[in-house]
Amino acid sequence: MTRAQIVGDIALDRATYDAMVEHARSDFPYEVCGLLAGRDGELRGHYPIPNAARSMTYYTMDSRELLAAMRDMDDRDTELLAIYHSHTHTEAFPSPTDVELAFYPEAVYLIVSLQEPGAPVIRGFDIVDGRVTERRVLVDGEEAPGGVR
Amino acid sequence: MAIQVRVPTVLRKHTDGEKAVSGEGGTVRELVDDLASRYPGLRDALLGQDGQLNRYVQTYVNDEDVRFLGGIETPLADGDQVSILPAVAGG
Repeated sequence: MTRAQIVGDIALDRATYDAMVEHARSDFPYEVCGLLAGRDGELRGHYPIPNAARSMTYYTMDSRELLAAMRDMDDRDTELLAIYHSHTHTEAFPSPTDVELAFYPEAVYLIVSLQEPGAPVIRGFDIVDGRVTERRVLVDGEEAPGGVR
Repeated sequence: MAIQVRVPTVLRKHTDGEKAVSGEGGTVRELVDDLASRYPGLRDALLGQDGQLNRYVQTYVNDEDVRFLGGIETPLADGDQVSILPAVAGG
């Protein structure tokens, strides 16, 4: 498993964690993607967004749905907390493309891996100026399984 | 002809922190040229080195992605609202 330095954490609730895994499974083997909204770092919303690329190796959020989600966050006085997507055949670690296209340095990048279909893994990362650090993913306060360490 | 441009958090470093800026132009290209004079960083964010719209920054006129309109030559009218969002993409 590829590692990065662990700096901080991101707190999720069980329902949202499970919803992201379900979303990832729903279009397997294609990658899915979505956004999480928060206020003061606390999770407040989940926006599944269609993957306009519908690819097994690439995602790009549907531009209209992306705008609508960002508007909704503005209207609700929440902000972008995390950007998630699935890896259907590789581990939950940012690919070179993920690093290259990380245009939202203030967001946590979550990756849902279905590499082991029976043991989905979600890991979280900050990707800033090409540097990757990892966050512990907490689900209802407990550290989520990070895969084989 | 005043066009309001909504600027996302990630690009506000180019607009002195402003959430929205006002510009002028009869097309998206003219608007970008107008904004560039006051916010040079915004121009670099919006346009690629080829002078076309950056493929990883989506520009919308009245919530429609200009790629589905006329691209950088999309006409603008007084009161139109332009929005900008970096793409969310990866592998």
